[in-house]
Amino acid sequence: MISAPKPDLVTVNIDGKDIAVPKGTNVIEAARQLGIEIPHYCYHPKLTIAGNCRMCLIEMGMPAVDPATKAPIMDAATGKQKINWIPRPQIGCATNASPGLHVKTSSPMAREAREGVTEFLLINHPLDCPICDQAGECKLQEFSTAYGRGYSRFVEQKNVKPKRTELGPRVTLDDERCILCSRCIRFCKEVAKDDVLGFVDRGSYSTLTCYPGKQLANNYSLNTVDICPVGALTSTDFRFKMRVWFLKETPSIDTESSVGANTTVSSREGVIYRITPRQNDAVNDTWMADSGRLLYKQVKADNRLLAPSINGAATATEMALKAAADLLVGRTGPVRHDDDATPAAHRAGAPYQGSVAIVGSGRSSVEEQFLTKKLADALKASVSLVSRVGQGDKLLISADRNPNVRGALVTGLISSLPSQQLTTLAADIDAGKVKTVLSIGEDLTAAGLTAAQLAKVAVVYLGTHQNATSNAAKVVIPTLTVFEKSGTFVNQQFRLQKFAKAVPGPAGVADDLVTLASLAGAATRSTVASDLGTLWSAIAAEVKPLALATYANVPATGLLLDATPWAALPFCEGETLHFKPAASAAATA
Amino acid sequence: MPYVVERKPLTLSERIYLPQILAGMRVTLRRLFAPNVTMEYPEQRPAIPTGYRGVPTLVKDPHGREKCVSCQLCEFVCPPKAIRITPGSVEDQPDRTHVEKGPQAFDIDMLRCIYCGLCQEVCPEEAIFLQNQYTLSGYTRAELVNDKAKLYELGGTLPDQHFKWDKKKAAAEHGNTH
Repeated sequence: MISAPKPDLVTVNIDGKDIAVPKGTNVIEAARQLGIEIPHYCYHPKLTIAGNCRMCLIEMGMPAVDPATKAPIMDAATGKQKINWIPRPQIGCATNASPGLHVKTSSPMAREAREGVTEFLLINHPLDCPICDQAGECKLQEFSTAYGRGYSRFVEQKNVKPKRTELGPRVTLDDERCILCSRCIRFCKEVAKDDVLGFVDRGSYSTLTCYPGKQLANNYSLNTVDICPVGALTSTDFRFKMRVWFLKETPSIDTESSVGANTTVSSREGVIYRITPRQNDAVNDTWMADSGRLLYKQVKADNRLLAPSINGAATATEMALKAAADLLVGRTGPVRHDDDATPAAHRAGAPYQGSVAIVGSGRSSVEEQFLTKKLADALKASVSLVSRVGQGDKLLISADRNPNVRGALVTGLISSLPSQQLTTLAADIDAGKVKTVLSIGEDLTAAGLTAAQLAKVAVVYLGTHQNATSNAAKVVIPTLTVFEKSGTFVNQQFRLQKFAKAVPGPAGVADDLVTLASLAGAATRSTVASDLGTLWSAIAAEVKPLALATYANVPATGLLLDATPWAALPFCEGETLHFKPAASAAATA
Repeated sequence: MPYVVERKPLTLSERIYLPQILAGMRVTLRRLFAPNVTMEYPEQRPAIPTGYRGVPTLVKDPHGREKCVSCQLCEFVCPPKAIRITPGSVEDQPDRTHVEKGPQAFDIDMLRCIYCGLCQEVCPEEAIFLQNQYTLSGYTRAELVNDKAKLYELGGTLPDQHFKWDKKKAAAEHGNTH
């Protein structure tokens, strides 16, 4: 590994305090490190600098030197070098740290300049705060409180502009609210690489619009809504649904691919209203894909499994668990067909070796995979996973559409990469070797098993939604979606990231860990812990790569695990925003 | 330790009762001809002073248009959490141009309401008022949750001039449409 070059530090003075920052850091970021907020609208740390909102105006000065001799000019009163203050304010976002730079962020001149900017911005800004979706998280609202006059001197009529322009399938523009900061334009151009937005017309006629004949339809369009400092760009899905101050925010992980974008799930009273990205500079910066924001709809989907069933008849959770345990451990069901040949050990309830197959899931959390492995070991069952491969977009959706295949590798549930079709399992069923299949949320027909093959075995299905497998299953036990449980995923960088429960699960649906721990307990004839705290002590003790981890000490930005044991595996992912596949990384090195 | 309180001995007039009865009758006689201070509630109702904090209601503007935009500030500020609003977007209507949002459902649980008036104070659209209604009764809990229709029925219209969407309409007609 090549160590990162040591950053070239320069010392700047902000509001009388010295701070050493890497050369090139702008004044807004330098001040942020000192805990000083310089108000800004158009500046965004992940985008280029436009400098068009003029809100971050500061007073700036450089140490005085004699023009002829270049000797420092000293101030007799203080005994320090004299500072030549520039008589007009400068913008903080485009002012880079240089040695000896002096900045006043809240001098009378800077304040007055910002008050002027605010007054101009508010001239044509509508009084929409009571209905605006941005209210409560609006920068204009915040800075108007700090720098606004509190009343308007504007006696003319305000501009009237279109209020609901559909810029794309998911984004609605309220033109009156736009303060022309151009963040959305820069995002589309620089991050989404889909340069469709731009301003047309001049002055107060300026309007954000799409290139003629095009739409803001890329899979990252809703990030423009997130970065809009005002309520001009709104999410069509979230528009007028709930005021943001009611929303409880829960850290979560995007499950649509192995990138594992960090997200914030906003819910109120057990109902999820939106999903927004959570900043993680090592994974997803401040972005996420639109497709991941719609995943919360699965929580209230029509085909959600809400009650356990045996042979299609609804039953109590305990009965279903017992039936599932009986099927897996081998006391009832198809394995009883030849009592005479049944060895004594089997009659006592010990499992048939190899008669149970477990289809685990790359969508299960690390904890669930750990318990699945415990169950599989106790039953001596074969374990397979189903891989989902799609087209990676080189940004935040990778080719591997399972969020946690690497978790299965880390926990030892599987040792090689999964395939898309369960051909081995199909052959085993045809050969009559496998009598019982436990599917953890995987649709077996979609993974290549025929209905006839499913009919030959007893299927135990643990899943969230109804599908062909759940319909064919002997025992169905409903489980929770990622929003209703806590756990961890291992993303494509082998970064252990945790997600937390945002909303309670449907009434009567047990946590996945409780279900799996109960099955594992039945198989091992012992009590298996199902709470995260106790479970993680077991994981740390038994899973070597996770020896130092506990659920509590995984940082918000994730814990990078050592990936070398699996470096040789041919992972299908291509390059994404902060990930280079091992092969191409080796090629470039 | 118990002790005995000595009673004052009764005077002669007290002992013969008559003067006391006469004094009582004098008061009775005077009240017989004095004007009434009670009223026959509920047939008669007292005049409610302005500023009285009765049952919270939703009001319409003088043109009969809905004023509430479902900003949910009253829901937020309500100390006993009596208010529950389901917001929704509003289609453009000829008499309500520029209005975008309105409540789909608006419930005030009168079993919870403490008549504090914070909802009226916080309302940016002057759409919710605690008016002079003070009697409230019902046989079930559900009856005492005022829904949107009930709130508008109780509220009626108030003669105020703050329908701000009209200002926007005026600006549009003035030629400021871009």
